[in-house]
Amino acid sequence: MKVRLMDRGRDFDPEQSLPAQADTLEQDLELGTLLDVIAQGDGYLRTIAQRSLLSGLQEVDAIRYRQQILADCLKHPAVVRALYQLAVKGVETKRDARFYWFRDSPDSVLQKSIGMLGLLADGLRQLRQLADENASGFDSEGFTRLFTALRQELDEEYLQAVAEHLHGLRFRRDAFMSASLGRANRGTNYVLRKPEERTLLQRITPSGPAGYSFTIGERDEYGMQALADLRGRGIGLVANALAQSTDHVLGFFGLLRAELGFYVGCLNLHDQLVERGVATCFPDPLAPHQGVASAGGLRDAALAFHLQQPPVGNDVDADRKQLVIVTGANQGGKTTFLRSVGLAQLMMQAGMFVAADWFRAPICRGLFTHFKREEDPTMTRGKLEEELHRMSDIADQVTANSLLLCNESFAATNEREGSEIAHQVLQAMTEAGVRVVFVTHLHDLAERVHRQQLDAALFLRAERTPDGNRSFRIIPGEPLPTSYGQDSYRRIFGLPAGTR
Amino acid sequence: MTQTDRRGVHAEQVPAPARSSARAKFGSILFDDVQEARTERPAFFIDLNLDQVVDGIVGGRDDYNLTPFFHTPVERGDTVGYRHEVFRDLEKDALRAAVDEFAAAMRRVRSYLALVEKQPYVHETQRWFVDAAATYCGLVRRFADAVAGIEVESRGLRRFRGYLAGYCSSPVFASLESEAHEVIDGLQAVRYTVRIKAGRVTVQAYAGESDYTVEVERTFARFREGAAEDHLVKVPDSGSMDHVEARIAELVSRLFPAQFQALEVFFRAHGDFVDPVIARFDREVQFYLAYADYIQPLTAAGLAFSYPVLVDGWGETAVEGGFDLALAGKAGSAAGAIVPNDFALRGAERILVVTGPNQGGKTTFARMVGQLHYLAALGVPVTAGSARLALADQLFTLFGKREDITTLHGRLDEELVQVRAILQQATSRSLILLNEVLSSTTLEDAVYLGNEVLGRVADRGCATVWVTFVDELADTGAATVSMMAGVHPDDPSQRTYKIARKPADGRAYASALAEKYGLSYPRLRHRISP
Repeated sequence: MKVRLMDRGRDFDPEQSLPAQADTLEQDLELGTLLDVIAQGDGYLRTIAQRSLLSGLQEVDAIRYRQQILADCLKHPAVVRALYQLAVKGVETKRDARFYWFRDSPDSVLQKSIGMLGLLADGLRQLRQLADENASGFDSEGFTRLFTALRQELDEEYLQAVAEHLHGLRFRRDAFMSASLGRANRGTNYVLRKPEERTLLQRITPSGPAGYSFTIGERDEYGMQALADLRGRGIGLVANALAQSTDHVLGFFGLLRAELGFYVGCLNLHDQLVERGVATCFPDPLAPHQGVASAGGLRDAALAFHLQQPPVGNDVDADRKQLVIVTGANQGGKTTFLRSVGLAQLMMQAGMFVAADWFRAPICRGLFTHFKREEDPTMTRGKLEEELHRMSDIADQVTANSLLLCNESFAATNEREGSEIAHQVLQAMTEAGVRVVFVTHLHDLAERVHRQQLDAALFLRAERTPDGNRSFRIIPGEPLPTSYGQDSYRRIFGLPAGTR
Repeated sequence: MTQTDRRGVHAEQVPAPARSSARAKFGSILFDDVQEARTERPAFFIDLNLDQVVDGIVGGRDDYNLTPFFHTPVERGDTVGYRHEVFRDLEKDALRAAVDEFAAAMRRVRSYLALVEKQPYVHETQRWFVDAAATYCGLVRRFADAVAGIEVESRGLRRFRGYLAGYCSSPVFASLESEAHEVIDGLQAVRYTVRIKAGRVTVQAYAGESDYTVEVERTFARFREGAAEDHLVKVPDSGSMDHVEARIAELVSRLFPAQFQALEVFFRAHGDFVDPVIARFDREVQFYLAYADYIQPLTAAGLAFSYPVLVDGWGETAVEGGFDLALAGKAGSAAGAIVPNDFALRGAERILVVTGPNQGGKTTFARMVGQLHYLAALGVPVTAGSARLALADQLFTLFGKREDITTLHGRLDEELVQVRAILQQATSRSLILLNEVLSSTTLEDAVYLGNEVLGRVADRGCATVWVTFVDELADTGAATVSMMAGVHPDDPSQRTYKIARKPADGRAYASALAEKYGLSYPRLRHRISP
């Protein structure tokens, strides 16, 4: 029984280790806001979404596979949520059973397993029924396959066989088992046998092997205990097999919960974005080496939940650009733009929709962020040193066709030095095939790259209207020697706005 | 006063010789002649901290009672060579592995035989007995095969190998082996069923009923994804039969009478089947393994051990990189921090007079010299990178116990009595270690007494280490060598623990210049990183 809603060929692993830069990404891209919306109070959904977003897919095909399933979910949200609820209930069987069973004897293991399997069998039946009723409305390869499996493997005949096994093992004082002579001539290799067959055999061979019997007296407490131990050895393997079977069935429910959990999280996010008037679309993923990257109406999905109105969308055409340098006014939306690029990339590679009118980009091998930080509270490093240290960490992990988002990197020193460091980093990164979006106030740097007239470099600027107002729009434009800090100064000191 | 004395040896029971005279002769892996291990601890053990060392060596091998072997230095230099050969052979991994396997199997045999004595039900005890016999036969044959395929050079192991080969092809062994296997094969083939129904137990021969576990697994196979956690619960088990099992065994024996009769016959026929020569080897070879295991971590930590070359006279004594085994054993993995020392006696030199600051490593040095000679006489690798040593016939120690106030009164007298007793027993082949003795008096007296005693020691011709703070004793003639414990020139509170040949000057500033150039011991050591 496979779920395979997250990947055509693999089970989803909610415990998978995250890439080294996961924490940094989460912090720099404000992933927490998005995850809270996805979770809607369900911590498990949050975890699943977090794993999915931070361990993105690397194949166009795999992304399309999830996109199709997600499209089915958007068409039938109620059915998907009902399936998820059944999965959750199945998994919780284990938690309920833990309450009143102690794992101290083969018999308690056996009885606990019988109890849990009884409940799980009910869950399986309900899953099958949901599949029976709704299979025809789903188009995606993933759902079609899952529903088919549920209907074929969990038919009534099978569920009946399960029930019979559970019934046959309930008797707590009986056992019929085979053994051989082990150490000390004590019985060993105890194997529980099906008792019915003995009578059958005896009927066929009436002169069958003779037997000898004895009875333990009711008052022989040691004898009774010894007998119980003996039975324990006899049922040990069956108890183990049944407990393992319980685990396997629970594992199936667990996987179902995890994989459906991703889509339920997507439904939650979608509902909330729609409510805030933020447009979404399924992005167009391209192979990593493709130099095409452009978007229309690209928005910061996280920012949408901090504003009263939908955030400003940006149009970007960065086709065949290895390096994008963003300059311009303070408070002009540069960081927001950078975050919108990063979030869209993560969401695309998780198989989700993105907050844009349209979006296409190559798959990146790794996404890295290098954002300006507060002073290191531990005082172990100076600020520039701390930045260099982080960039060095990135350099350890980064590969060609990765995407690096820098936000005011190397601003912790004077402009000339910062520019020199940054220039060398950028040159090395881009030559190694890393795509870089670099938000900066370092005019030396921006100007120097600009003078090189590189085809692979794109210059964007935060728009500032002549009266000093910000549109929060990022538009193509060469770097200017000011970031309009004066504007801030004037605004804060209540001075009249003006151009330089 | 403490001393060794060979005359008061308590001989242990001599094991019976091999039963068949047709077999190759073999006596002991420890002695190439007749010499018995002593039981009492040599009196100098505590002064040399050898009690701690031996406790550490034999620890975990209590069953073998190895301590007597470590209390018994060999009488002939030839036996030292005999042991060195065995040690070198056992350094081969293949042989070591074979001996370890042999020893483990012998322990198993003994534990089974102990159960034969202890357990109440015959069906159980007879089975332990035949299992013990089968284990024994298997281990003997495996070990014989293993050593036959390994290059061994020692006289001891060559002889034992020959003995084993003969034993393996003896009719006694052959019948023990084949009968044990027949009996066990018969019992292992027995299959029966037990039906429990509300207190009634029925035992029958197994008739092919199907496995319930397999059915359950088949039913749920469609949910199986990879390995599952084990839910096997261990049923409490005493390891031996309870009375219900004994009754079941009784019924099984009625269902399978032939197999159980064969067991009974075997039990009656083969009494004490363990060969005494093999049993003796099993114990004695642990002497080598115990010592090798004890020094292995020290070697790994960078301390060098070596097989000493035995020389005839004291004047050929030369040791490089010697250290205190007790100190190294305590340091464990930090043994690399142990400071090794060199010493030598050349020509007519017999007496090492060691002076220098307190806590400078002087006592450790004296112990080290004593340990080296004792270990050499045990025939084991000694605590030095290289060593030329004479076998001492006796070892005497007299270590002053400075901190004990109660003995202070009359201590000088007491020590003089003890020194006199030592001088009466010592021969030119004896080693004497004197540590801070004859000092409970004025300096002038101490110089006088020291000179007197040194003169007598020199006359006797025995080797002596004298640790003292009386510098004057360090220059008393051709037989005397002055050695000093070193300190750091720029911080005399720091000891180097290096004991070097040089005139006693009461201070150690001579190396100040070396320190300036970064050539002091710790600096240089630090600079030359591994």
